Amino acid sequence: MRILSSSVGRKILMSITGQLLIIFILIHLIGNSTIFFGPNGINAYAEHLHSLPPLVWAFRLFMLAAISVHIAYGVTLTLENKAANPGAYAVKRNLKASFASENMIWTGLLVAGFILYHLLQFTIKGTPDIVVGLDSANRPDVFRMVVTSFGNGLISLAYMFAMLMLFLHLSHGIPSFLQTMGWNNEKTIPAFGTGGKVISAILMLAYISIPAVILAGLLKL
Amino acid sequence: MNLTLHVWRQSGPKAPGKLEQYEAKNVSPDQSFLEMLDEVNEHLIKEGKDPIAFDHDCREGICGMCSQVINGVPHGGRERTTVCQLHMRSFNDGDTIYIEPWRALAFPIQKDLIVDRNGLEKIIQAGGYTSCHTGGVADGNAILVPKIAADYAMDAAECIGCGACVAACPNGSAMLYTSAKVAQLAALPQGQAEAAERVCAMTEAMQEAGFGNCSNHYECQAACPKGINVKFIAKLNREYQKALLK
Repeated sequence: MRILSSSVGRKILMSITGQLLIIFILIHLIGNSTIFFGPNGINAYAEHLHSLPPLVWAFRLFMLAAISVHIAYGVTLTLENKAANPGAYAVKRNLKASFASENMIWTGLLVAGFILYHLLQFTIKGTPDIVVGLDSANRPDVFRMVVTSFGNGLISLAYMFAMLMLFLHLSHGIPSFLQTMGWNNEKTIPAFGTGGKVISAILMLAYISIPAVILAGLLKL
Repeated sequence: MNLTLHVWRQSGPKAPGKLEQYEAKNVSPDQSFLEMLDEVNEHLIKEGKDPIAFDHDCREGICGMCSQVINGVPHGGRERTTVCQLHMRSFNDGDTIYIEPWRALAFPIQKDLIVDRNGLEKIIQAGGYTSCHTGGVADGNAILVPKIAADYAMDAAECIGCGACVAACPNGSAMLYTSAKVAQLAALPQGQAEAAERVCAMTEAMQEAGFGNCSNHYECQAACPKGINVKFIAKLNREYQKALLK
């Protein structure tokens, strides 16, 4: 298949998988925000979400496939790009490239590392801070688990740092996926650049609000 | 004015190179950057030394031959200006100037500031043309070209093929160059017949010639002496998707 070896084809696959991951980030944020409704909110949401195991697993496998393609092509394209530019300038001044655009591979890998930790913590429930139990309605007590873990300042800080990495990744990733799909022209290029940063910042702040509110003691058991 | 130059000197493709320091004295602000180098070279020749080798031709900013990275930016960073059109009034007395060749895997250094840019020609050979029958001259208006399409194609055709986009790109990619050529022909009725094969063949030739992949830094547009817009890269991406569906 031509698309799997070509420069533009692989970028299109990265763009599409990136878009799927962004949709996931949005849905996950909406789901997470049920925590602001207290134990009844998030525990009911979690129980509802897991009531159909085949659907949960189909979704998980789909996301795993998307992120695998995204990481695999991200790494190979970056390695090719490093090889294509010997980087031997004694003096190099960038006019447009940003910290975010130049460090996509590192912010991406840090976010990937965070996803592994996040899954180990709240999905597999394998980290020492995890409190497993049932609530008064006999549902898995996700609220208690999350509030207890985020009560630990270090854990909350790690989450906030990961969201900063996600912000950097998306602030270049959003305008970049639009360009790679060709959904761009002279007028939209600057607008998408600014829009990408704004949307990424909103997502970061929204995600950070959960550990921040818990750390501040506004959301407690 | 007097300037201190740090110039990349390399005797041949395989030879090791290094920055060497030269003093440029009594430089006129009205001189072009290349004329300033001409004078430095005259002094070097008088001293029996090897002059600095650099590419140049028209010195009018339209041929795309001059190719120097000045203080870290291809063509010196003055907007829409080639090295030959960069004048010494852009610098100040006592300035230190770093002059280096284009650096990319696909642009091997030949000597000093001269690089081999045949990789760009390989991309054109792969599809940067329209096939047509030879014979009598066609009627002037036999093929109607809408004004908007003609203007768009002309904007893309402004590319002079200097390779500054590659030299500026953190990925050593020739995507801006390739996209300008693809977009120029894709916008015109004459380019339609071979559009799908063209975009595939030219992007593959770009890869084969050792250029990197575009990751949308847009450093290329900022360094381009003709201000070629990255909208043409979006156009290439659309053309590629159309080709995939065929």
